[in-house]
Amino acid sequence: MALSRLTSRSNGISRPLSTAFGRFISTDTTPITIETSLPFTAHLCDPPSRSVESSTQELLDFFRTMALMRRMEIAADSLYKAKLIRGFCHLYDGQEAVAIGMEAVITKKDAIITAYRDHCIFLGRGGSLYEVFAELMGRQDGCSKGKGGSMHFYKKDSSFYGGHGIVGAQVPLGCGIAFAQKYVKEEAVTFAMYGDGAANQGQLFEALNISALWDLPSILVCENNHYGMGTAEWRAAKSPSYYKRGDYVPGLKVDGMDAFAVKQACKFAKEHALKNGPIILEMDTYRYHGHSMSDPGSTYRTRDEISGVRQERDPIERIKKLVLSHDLATEKELKDMEKEIRKEVDDAIAKAKDCSMPEPSELFTNVYVKGFGTKSFGADRKEVKAALP
Amino acid sequence: MWGILRRSAVDGGGGFSASSLRRTRFALVSARSYAAGSKEMTVRDALNSAIDEEMSADPKVFVMGEEVGQYQGAYKITKGLLEKYGPERVYDTPITEAGFTGIGVGAAYAGLKPVVEFMTFNFSMQAIDHIINSAAKSNYMSAGQINVPIVFRGPNGAAAGVGAQHSQCYAAWYASVPGLKVLAPYSAEDARGLLKAAIRDPDPVVFLENELLYGESFPISEEALDSSFCLPIGKAKIEREGKDVTITTFSKMVGFVLKAAEKLAEEGISAEVINLRSIRPLDRATINASVRKTSRLVTVEEGFPQHGVCAEICASVVEESFSYLDAPVERIAGADVPMPYAANLERLALPQVEDIVRAAKRACYRSK
Repeated sequence: MALSRLTSRSNGISRPLSTAFGRFISTDTTPITIETSLPFTAHLCDPPSRSVESSTQELLDFFRTMALMRRMEIAADSLYKAKLIRGFCHLYDGQEAVAIGMEAVITKKDAIITAYRDHCIFLGRGGSLYEVFAELMGRQDGCSKGKGGSMHFYKKDSSFYGGHGIVGAQVPLGCGIAFAQKYVKEEAVTFAMYGDGAANQGQLFEALNISALWDLPSILVCENNHYGMGTAEWRAAKSPSYYKRGDYVPGLKVDGMDAFAVKQACKFAKEHALKNGPIILEMDTYRYHGHSMSDPGSTYRTRDEISGVRQERDPIERIKKLVLSHDLATEKELKDMEKEIRKEVDDAIAKAKDCSMPEPSELFTNVYVKGFGTKSFGADRKEVKAALP
Repeated sequence: MWGILRRSAVDGGGGFSASSLRRTRFALVSARSYAAGSKEMTVRDALNSAIDEEMSADPKVFVMGEEVGQYQGAYKITKGLLEKYGPERVYDTPITEAGFTGIGVGAAYAGLKPVVEFMTFNFSMQAIDHIINSAAKSNYMSAGQINVPIVFRGPNGAAAGVGAQHSQCYAAWYASVPGLKVLAPYSAEDARGLLKAAIRDPDPVVFLENELLYGESFPISEEALDSSFCLPIGKAKIEREGKDVTITTFSKMVGFVLKAAEKLAEEGISAEVINLRSIRPLDRATINASVRKTSRLVTVEEGFPQHGVCAEICASVVEESFSYLDAPVERIAGADVPMPYAANLERLALPQVEDIVRAAKRACYRSK
């Protein structure tokens, strides 16, 4: 059955996730049409159909990848509490459908840029679990060689431009990447992701204005998880209809807990942006964790609300129900898959724990591309100095 | 004989009022001096030609900023570029620095080479997060995956009578940030060579021009007019050799210091004038070598004194050449006040030639 073929292919810790999609390798692409849970709400455009083209393979891939993302984030929670991850750690569990649905309809030439809740986006772009955990623990095999940390994951060869710590900054940057794509006539788009908190940033509107003026292929994706850190959306935004905030720019409101709705919306947005310039997608989503590991997440929302969403709208549960109802796998097979995923994640963590920290000389690397041998200094400049290559 | 020739050449090259007699002597001296003498160029034309040549050589280079296109540039630095290269290479932006600077940095992430103009660097404060957090630090945070080959350029420092919000010098602020390169040209040759180097550079460069220098003419050599001409980043230029006191400075103040050096020469003090050209990387080697020769240092800048470029130079010299100093380091900087409007107060707020002369004499233990 499709599932056994899938499980036999799933070995190895640092295997890029794209092969798990099986988009290119799978032999079972029996088409399935899935109805989105909710209709789309449109602003200045005609919403796409609620019927989403998919396949048995895609359904299984969605389940597997989201389960992997979920497991990765939960494991990061434990590592943070064990003090192996330092500083800031912003977890994405609950929001997996956005990352998955987007990846399903774009290429590696389409670009993604996001803020600091970036672990799952990185994984979706082809990053490995090992690179994730090594970076989180500040080891030299991390995707940023241990020098970035949780908020600064990048994968340029997959057009993933980070990983940004300053709220809102990633949106003009993303519009700039879209500018470059148009400049070189690449026929690709950029998804600039931001949250409901960042949606109020002035620079966002500046970038949107320019994108609309210059017809840039930028897609602004507001991951509305309804809380900007500890501030609920109704306390931060006079108008929390983020999909309408573009005014003259069309927008679509999407059930962000439904991977197929996300997929359909992103497909629609890509077609739109290539022809007509910017568009806003508002993904109605939810994060189970607090804003970061320093935030319990329960002082500004009730535990009932959190468990309510988990019961009614969990994105993985939704896919699981679809898999079961389409007879693509049994409960046991899915449980086995989850066990396998757990092991994959544990193995990656074990390997990352064994990885060494960066060499002290790495303090002085990558300051410049071309340093001209200029001197840089440590805390005691008479003791520690280096020539930047 | 050669000594006399060289001195004339250096004197002549120091100012932009060289006599024709000195110019003839020029031709006999090595290429280390200024121009072969026959051509002059304004700083404005120098910058314009530099951008033009780099746009011609590399299709990834584009210009972006307020009024850079149809208006021909607020200070005419980008004159003619829109007509020559079209609206796909020269972009007029709305007055939204945070937005368009972020877009410029994003374009650089994706491999283009933007030249972003700030109408003055005072407005760069609206975009400073992108210059520092999005541009300067990216290569480091990404361990080399994302480099940012962008140039931020525009007039910096005081103009004339433009008041407190339009007169600040940002050299010290930007030069304190690892990951940025900060350049400050003085002459037309500086402007051409440094801007071409900046545009070709794979790292983010803050290019600090000066509005009052745009219209000034300087002799320019054939070498500097060549389209392949580039000046090295991180190297200062000794504008005038001397043996009694080292005076360092950059941008418009170079002209003031050279005038001060003339006055000092009349009183028997031989000043060595260093045009920094590059604030970051700072050419500590050249500065210290000079101080070890003269034993005295006066540092000059137009910007606010506290935590300024002069403070860094003083620290460097005290750390590396302490035993060579025969006098405390002297610092001439802008007044520690917001820039006033009234002409007399503005004059008091900025370094003048007499201030530099006085400081040099103090360093030489000469009374007034």
